[in-house]
Amino acid sequence: MTTVALKPATMAQALTRALRDAMTADPTVHVMGEDVGTLGGVFRVTDGLAKEFGEDRVTDTPLAEAGILGTAVGMAMYGLRPVVEMQFDAFAYPAFEQLISHVARMRNRTRGAMPLPITIRVPYGGGIGGVEHHSDSSEAYYMATPGLHVVTPATVADAYGLLRAAIASDDPVVFLEPKRLYWSKDTWNPEEPQSVEPIGRAVVRRAGRSATLITYGPSVPVCLEAAEAATSEGWDLEVVDLRSLVPFDDETVAASVRRTGRALVVHESGSYGGPGGEIAARVTERCFHHLEAPVLRVAGFDIPYPPPMLERHHLPGVDRILDAVGRLQWEAEN
Amino acid sequence: MTVMEQRGAYRPTPPPAWQPRTDPAPLLPDALPYRVLGTDAAADADPALLRRLYAELVRGRRYNTQATALTKQGRLAVYPSSTGQEACEVAAALVLEERDWLFPSYRDTLAAVARGLDPVQALTLLRGDWHTGYDPHEHRVAPLCTPLATQLPHAVGLAHAARLKGDDVVALALVGDGGTSEGDFHEALNFAAVWQAPVVFLVQNNGFAISVPLAKQTAAPSLAHKAVGYGMPGRLVDGNDAAAVHQVLAEAVAHARAGGGPTLVEAVTYRIDAHTNADDATRYRGDAEVETWRAHDPITLLEHELTERGLLDEDGIRAARDAAETMAADLRERMNQDPVLDPMDLFAHVYAEPTPQLREQEALLRAELAAEQEGAHR
Repeated sequence: MTTVALKPATMAQALTRALRDAMTADPTVHVMGEDVGTLGGVFRVTDGLAKEFGEDRVTDTPLAEAGILGTAVGMAMYGLRPVVEMQFDAFAYPAFEQLISHVARMRNRTRGAMPLPITIRVPYGGGIGGVEHHSDSSEAYYMATPGLHVVTPATVADAYGLLRAAIASDDPVVFLEPKRLYWSKDTWNPEEPQSVEPIGRAVVRRAGRSATLITYGPSVPVCLEAAEAATSEGWDLEVVDLRSLVPFDDETVAASVRRTGRALVVHESGSYGGPGGEIAARVTERCFHHLEAPVLRVAGFDIPYPPPMLERHHLPGVDRILDAVGRLQWEAEN
Repeated sequence: MTVMEQRGAYRPTPPPAWQPRTDPAPLLPDALPYRVLGTDAAADADPALLRRLYAELVRGRRYNTQATALTKQGRLAVYPSSTGQEACEVAAALVLEERDWLFPSYRDTLAAVARGLDPVQALTLLRGDWHTGYDPHEHRVAPLCTPLATQLPHAVGLAHAARLKGDDVVALALVGDGGTSEGDFHEALNFAAVWQAPVVFLVQNNGFAISVPLAKQTAAPSLAHKAVGYGMPGRLVDGNDAAAVHQVLAEAVAHARAGGGPTLVEAVTYRIDAHTNADDATRYRGDAEVETWRAHDPITLLEHELTERGLLDEDGIRAARDAAETMAADLRERMNQDPVLDPMDLFAHVYAEPTPQLREQEALLRAELAAEQEGAHR
């Protein structure tokens, strides 16, 4: 039996390691964005890479998101694998035309002749006390755009594995980094970091039989905490971490809900037109005859992201999740 | 002693950013568009090049009229004609080496054809059977770009990547006067200048963005002036003078290839036809204006130069027209055949591997098609 040296590491460190390993393995991988070079990124995810790989491969660009992604398109056309950083969720919006009109469509438009292997790293979500435009959850926009993969890790190990998979993908991947979890630590083996299965597989983070919490990214630890707290009520909650929003792992999610008969979707972004509506519909279509209750959602309110002093009222927390779990008609069983 | 008491004697050291700048070569464009035809400069032009430009202009004009006719027959969904602008289209294609890349806008089908693309494949987007009918790598022509100016950063990125790889490649990007108002135009020029990318931007200023005239598009003295703020040279050229456009572009391409960075070229030209076949140009411009430009036609200008100098005679003119007719007849015949489309192509190239969700939808369409087929046989 091999012993593995598990050490505490942060998600940010795992992401840095993934970038470094990808750049070492493949000379066509280029990192670019505002402040990614000398500074190492405002979250230090690209720390040390410019020194190690040089400015030609880790490039501080002018401050212009459409330009960053637009030039990355041209670089990918010429055979490079750009990894671009958007710094903060809401800063990515100027790049949306490039993303939607070109990045997502180029393979399709050219009948496969011109795939664009671009990874777009977007630190997203709230809970860090950021001022306006620093806490948006923009995943629904990306999910609604055919041609993009959309992934988001919730653990240190997944941060490494998913980012390696994203960079290796021949298709554009929007890589949503839950910035609230950048400094979350996990035991992880930095000597032998593991890649994950292909993009598109969800994972059961906690097995249970009373109800399924379907969640991703920054809400995964919150749901795990809620599941622990729920045991005092006699509820045994299963937590499914989606990891990938596109493609969506219907199989894992449906199998879980068929086991438990109840489902609750939890995410930070707003519920109207948000990912939860899509997920609830998919679960209902596949599991209707197994359901003991309607699929419920606990999401952020349908408001522009609030100022930091009010964000705790907006973000889905353990109590709100447990209240919703209580509404899943427990009297049917108890 | 307070600062106020020091007045007169107080001489702060200027911060380093205030040191006087030593500017490189003057970046400002000429006051009037540069011309070759009908000037002394024409004597230096290579006769073989002029003859080649002429043949391509005549072919290009015929291509424009043929494609416009095909819209009237319902064979093309839409055609944005470049009649009047052929000198820009042709010069842009001919100035590039095989390894270089062309980034066209939606009006630049002709530039793609002059670069060697199959005329039918170049029209795929406008016919509506697919978005891009050719492999961009084959002739190094990016897909015809419909959103305005968004292809410019692509050209910058590609040129930058080529240079990083040590390849001697230049990218030439085409954009219209309206496109210069878009944010992507600014970001592309800024990135190109900061990175000193080997890219040339050619603005075809044809007077109108659909119906909006240049005066409502910009307050700049010329579009070429915009280069100065980015730190790159701006050149103003007569867009109907094929020899002048070719010469200015050739200089810009050589400058880029030698590591000198980008150039912004504004070619002043005119769109003789409406924006597309769906547009009524009489609502925003008068016949007199159009006639002025017809008198400055790119083919007439070059034909005059060539015949004056004895480089072209009646036989030569006929030969160019015959070649154009042959191309038009072939285009007509092939465009009159109905394209054969496979509905399953809808799912073929969304991702390298279709998602499970797309596989379900693919199965649905396949079942629908099978049912249709069965119905047809019943």
